[in-house]
Amino acid sequence: MNEHFLRLWPAQASDYAVSVDWLVIGFTAMMALFVVPVFVALWVFIWRYRRGRPADRDHRPQSNLPIELAWIILPFIGSLVVFLLSARLFFIARTPPEDALEVQVSARQWMWKFQHQGGQREINTLHVPARRPVKLTMISEDVIHSLFFPSLRIKQDVLPGRYSMLWFQAEHSGTYEVYCAEYCGTDHAAMLARLVVLNPADYEHWLADNGSSADLARQGETLYRQYGCASCHDSGNAPPLAGVFNRSVQLADGSQVKADEAYLRDSILLPQKQLVAGYLPIMPTYSNLLDEEAVQRLVAYLRELPEKHQ
Amino acid sequence: MSQPSYLHAQGLRSWLLTRDHKRIAVLYMLTVTFFFFAGGLAASLIRIELVTPEGDLLTADGYNRAFTLHGVIMVWFFLIPSIPSVFGNFLVPIMIGAKDMAFPRLNLFSWYMLLGGGLFTLLALLLGGVDTGWTFYTPLSTMFSNGHVLAVICGVFIAGFSSIFTGVNIIATVHTLRAPGMTWMRLPLFIWSMYATSIILVLATPVLAITLVLVAAEHLFNIGVFDPKLGGDPLLFQHLFWFYSHPAVYIMILPAMGVVSELITAAGHKRIFGYRFVAWSSVAIAVIGFLVWGHHMFVAGQSMYASLVFSLLSFLVAIPSAIKAYNWSATLYKSDLTLHAPFLFALTFIGLFIVGGVTGLFLALLAADLHAHDTYFVVAHFHYIMVGAAVAGYFGALHFWWPKITGRLYSQLWGKITAILIFCGFNLTFFPQFLLGYLGMPRRYHSYDPDFQFLNVMSSAGASILAVAYVLPFFYLLGSLRWGERAPINPWEAAGLEWRVASPPPLHNFEAPVTVDFEAYDYSPEARRDPL
Amino acid sequence: MIRSDERPAEPFVAWAQQREAARLGMWLFLASEAMMFGSLIMVAWFFRLRYPDGVAEAVAGLHYLLATGNTVLLLTSSLLMTLAASEPRRVRRCLLGAAVLGVLFLFCKGVEYGLEIHEGVLPGFTDHSTWQAPSAQLFMNLYFIATALHGLHVLIAVGLVLWLYSALKRRRLAPHQAAMRLEMISLYWHLVDGIWILLFPTLYLVGR
Repeated sequence: MNEHFLRLWPAQASDYAVSVDWLVIGFTAMMALFVVPVFVALWVFIWRYRRGRPADRDHRPQSNLPIELAWIILPFIGSLVVFLLSARLFFIARTPPEDALEVQVSARQWMWKFQHQGGQREINTLHVPARRPVKLTMISEDVIHSLFFPSLRIKQDVLPGRYSMLWFQAEHSGTYEVYCAEYCGTDHAAMLARLVVLNPADYEHWLADNGSSADLARQGETLYRQYGCASCHDSGNAPPLAGVFNRSVQLADGSQVKADEAYLRDSILLPQKQLVAGYLPIMPTYSNLLDEEAVQRLVAYLRELPEKHQ
Repeated sequence: MSQPSYLHAQGLRSWLLTRDHKRIAVLYMLTVTFFFFAGGLAASLIRIELVTPEGDLLTADGYNRAFTLHGVIMVWFFLIPSIPSVFGNFLVPIMIGAKDMAFPRLNLFSWYMLLGGGLFTLLALLLGGVDTGWTFYTPLSTMFSNGHVLAVICGVFIAGFSSIFTGVNIIATVHTLRAPGMTWMRLPLFIWSMYATSIILVLATPVLAITLVLVAAEHLFNIGVFDPKLGGDPLLFQHLFWFYSHPAVYIMILPAMGVVSELITAAGHKRIFGYRFVAWSSVAIAVIGFLVWGHHMFVAGQSMYASLVFSLLSFLVAIPSAIKAYNWSATLYKSDLTLHAPFLFALTFIGLFIVGGVTGLFLALLAADLHAHDTYFVVAHFHYIMVGAAVAGYFGALHFWWPKITGRLYSQLWGKITAILIFCGFNLTFFPQFLLGYLGMPRRYHSYDPDFQFLNVMSSAGASILAVAYVLPFFYLLGSLRWGERAPINPWEAAGLEWRVASPPPLHNFEAPVTVDFEAYDYSPEARRDPL
Repeated sequence: MIRSDERPAEPFVAWAQQREAARLGMWLFLASEAMMFGSLIMVAWFFRLRYPDGVAEAVAGLHYLLATGNTVLLLTSSLLMTLAASEPRRVRRCLLGAAVLGVLFLFCKGVEYGLEIHEGVLPGFTDHSTWQAPSAQLFMNLYFIATALHGLHVLIAVGLVLWLYSALKRRRLAPHQAAMRLEMISLYWHLVDGIWILLFPTLYLVGR
């Protein structure tokens, strides 16, 4: 990474990055088209109409509707075209594929923690396989941070209290810089990480070498038992959790919500926020016992719980 | 000359208790100049630190305080008051043919508000400071920062009253005190810009006020409005903050645009091309400017659809600005151009504003912003507008109306040197930052990747040239007060009511009530030139 | 701005011009106040829409009867201010009446706050949660800020009315000066009342 005296363009670690670069270049070219004539006209007029220089100053135009309309409408149409192209890319960037590899991210002053589905944990480094989509589900434990991959041309703010998402597909193996991009206090500039993209085979080796005995869901199951969740949830005093993930849940106020990751997290940490219909509001909060990473493990476990078959 | 000049009465009381808009303008000029240098000092610390990749000059906390001080002082105590309170106050009554602003005592009170709020803030910033950034994002500012946040917030809150009352004063003045015959379409474009700016001052600043109150309440009592654990939402702060702060940037640029219209027409001795388009474009910028705040939040957690709408609207708001740039250039066609110092500042404005504006459109592009947000690209973009353009506008105004305000001429040669130094120094400072940003260097970084050093050194070198350029006027402008030639009524042969009264103007601006029966920018051979 | 002799203040040439400027200036200032309170009311509505349960819980605990009484007081005071403008011979009485009602409003508000401190729901005066949902306390906090800010404006309005009352009593104002001051202060009073008309349902009524 730190080998160049002067870099003028960031690495392109994904096809998306290449698309963004083309958009940017195209946009710059179009802007040059609308702007260069202004600079040229300015210099021509300054030269030609300097005081003392004889020139035709008769019939000075005060306004000209066709010209005004032209320089309003043409740049606007051009901008619309670029806007639409950019919107398309934006939509792609914000819509992860279904089969993406999932990684849980937890940010805090001033470090990044990554948890893989297989239970591997990393701090300030993220290993991913090349040529496979990777989806990051992120949350902060304190202030707002922002996970920024310049070589992938993406970033997303990491918020406290709420999951945010980022996805990418890196094409080439290599190591790329990762920054925190939202000012977060004293060591904001030191909150750095590395993205290590490995060829699929190397990635499998890495997973095996760094795996723990349990994957993320198993670790979540351990927590589930440790904190005695079953005593209410398996006894009928609390909503049953088998197959709960993405199920439609009826709330006490009459509305219906989907039990996604955010819902599951809120149910653990802010149980009074959305009460399920038909149950008493007796669940205590676990916010003083579980940090965000623990919640991520529990959520991974709950996601896997199959529908109960009696 | 029956009336004495407005500078005639002497003594501290005659200044501190004045109700004369011209004197109040001078008081503001001194105040904002002081804050400009305070903010500039902080900027110097930043650029010196960034010469090396390691954080070796300042501690991380010290650096964070430095950029916070820089932002807070420059935005609220220099840029926002600069042109409206200095040149708006001095010129609006004269340009419309009035004797003073509608509410002279409110005017003086506004100055005291700015001074008080500013000194209070500066004190808080120096006595320990705040390290939240000028944007005060929650929950960092409310739950993770030190107690000085409250003091700084108080200072900014107080200064907000200066903004609101200045806006009220300008709007009321333009509506009720125009001389007979001065119809809306005969007004100088500077007045249109000041009017549009005042709409924003009056309507946007109160939203900042309530936002600051909520941050203070959260900080003091943990009310929970921005704390997710208590049901609050940190993003709510961003919406509230940017709802004010985006229109605020138009407060900073619209007046400078008004100045440029005056400088171009005066230098070209020619009426502006497309008067109505330029006039209405100011109003359009003010109105549409209220609708685009979400473009600061594309990656903040805002919904995709909201982001799409804000992106589109941001393209829309660029149109009136483009209209101005095209019309200014067209004005020079068949003009009779004098290349004096004010004109060079106007050119500097146009060149830098175009780059700043276009890079703003770049950031409005969603896919580009996902990459460039919170990097030096953004820093470069807003400095091109706020410093490159707005400060060039301020300096242009200074150099154009200095003879009128002070009654003295200054050295044209030094004025032009300053303009050229500003243009070159500015580009050297901030253009590399576009590259740095796209390369991925985030903003508000105390130390950085050694790969970025070359561009940072270039930037800091440019900053040292800029610093010299900004200090130069001190010498030749102040020096003109002592050794400058006395200014005639109309040194630039410009049109406009202010160029038909003495330099400096008499106490009540005009010897007799004014009647207007001519268009704005009347450079025809039959145009009136007699003193009023 | 106001002088006690016949000429309008600098830089106006006619009283009508000065009055028009004062009116415009006051409306602009009211617009800025509307933006400030408007933002706060939007924040309240944001949380209402997000946490209907928690907010309903908080609203149920509010002393709406007291607040309704307060609303009546404020509306009546606005009526008196209007009468003051239209009935020149009863100006001073109407002004005093409006001021008294304003003070009563503040007194009742103080009583309400006292009750709430006693119940332990005001921020800074409670360290345990009386509520089921954290959003209920959040709503109470917003209620406190909004009503306190409004109360401050009522206080200022009362002060302005008493200032005018004393100037009229001591006959220090020319008729057109008095009329202008009365108009401006009435506008301010009506704004303060108008804000309450929006605040009252937002905080007390909807979802009760």
